[in-house]
Amino acid sequence: MGDILIFLTLLALGYGFGQYAEKKHYRSLIEREQILNGLPAIASRIPPADVFYDQQLVIGNVVISVDYFKRFLAALRNLFGGRVTSYETLLDRARREALLRMKEQAQSMGAKLVFNVKYETSSISKGRKNAIGSVEILAYGTALIPPRNG
Amino acid sequence: MLISNMELIPGKRVTEHLGLVQGSSVRAKHVGRDIMAGLKNIFGGELKGYTELLQESRDEAMDRMQQQAQAVGANAILNIRFSTSSVAQGAAEIYVYGTAVILE
Repeated sequence: MGDILIFLTLLALGYGFGQYAEKKHYRSLIEREQILNGLPAIASRIPPADVFYDQQLVIGNVVISVDYFKRFLAALRNLFGGRVTSYETLLDRARREALLRMKEQAQSMGAKLVFNVKYETSSISKGRKNAIGSVEILAYGTALIPPRNG
Repeated sequence: MLISNMELIPGKRVTEHLGLVQGSSVRAKHVGRDIMAGLKNIFGGELKGYTELLQESRDEAMDRMQQQAQAVGANAILNIRFSTSSVAQGAAEIYVYGTAVILE
């Protein structure tokens, strides 16, 4: 009986706080993405050759975790198969956050463009009972900074 | 030392290739952080402690790579890549590698 109570409490806590945190995160993501829209990040490997820019490595990383409720949903999905939406939103949020942090770093250097962007994903809490708990996303690229004297 | 994930630098010529240089670092956080992370696994959200941890170990791995490049006499490292893997719970290995070159 006690176990079930604890389980239900965790589920409710996870649902409440998790939903709140996710909504808040999405709001802030959209807001910051709009601000940084003027600074494109592209995956092209060849830099624009006509102008000589300074170039600098920029990095953004984030570790983000799912809540208890979503992990429970994902475990259910494992029985029936299909899209695991709860993990999809987790990875979506993490990728966007990492890219934004990279862009923020680039912007503080006065960059006009970030190119050769690469993502790197890893789950850092392996070995635990519920395999995936949190993921780390790293985004890195080369920021092109126009020369100071224009 | 110029560190970049570009394969070539516009306007500069690579005069000599010095081969692969690498750096790695395995780190863990103290138990308090792990407990906090366990709590976060219930509520969801960013694990700031781990974000910090990985950032620190990435800096260290890059430092080591840079030292290696200096030892072989390079003045730039091009085409660098990052890679992460978890070796145990609460510990992560960060690996950085790139090509050491001499730019003119």
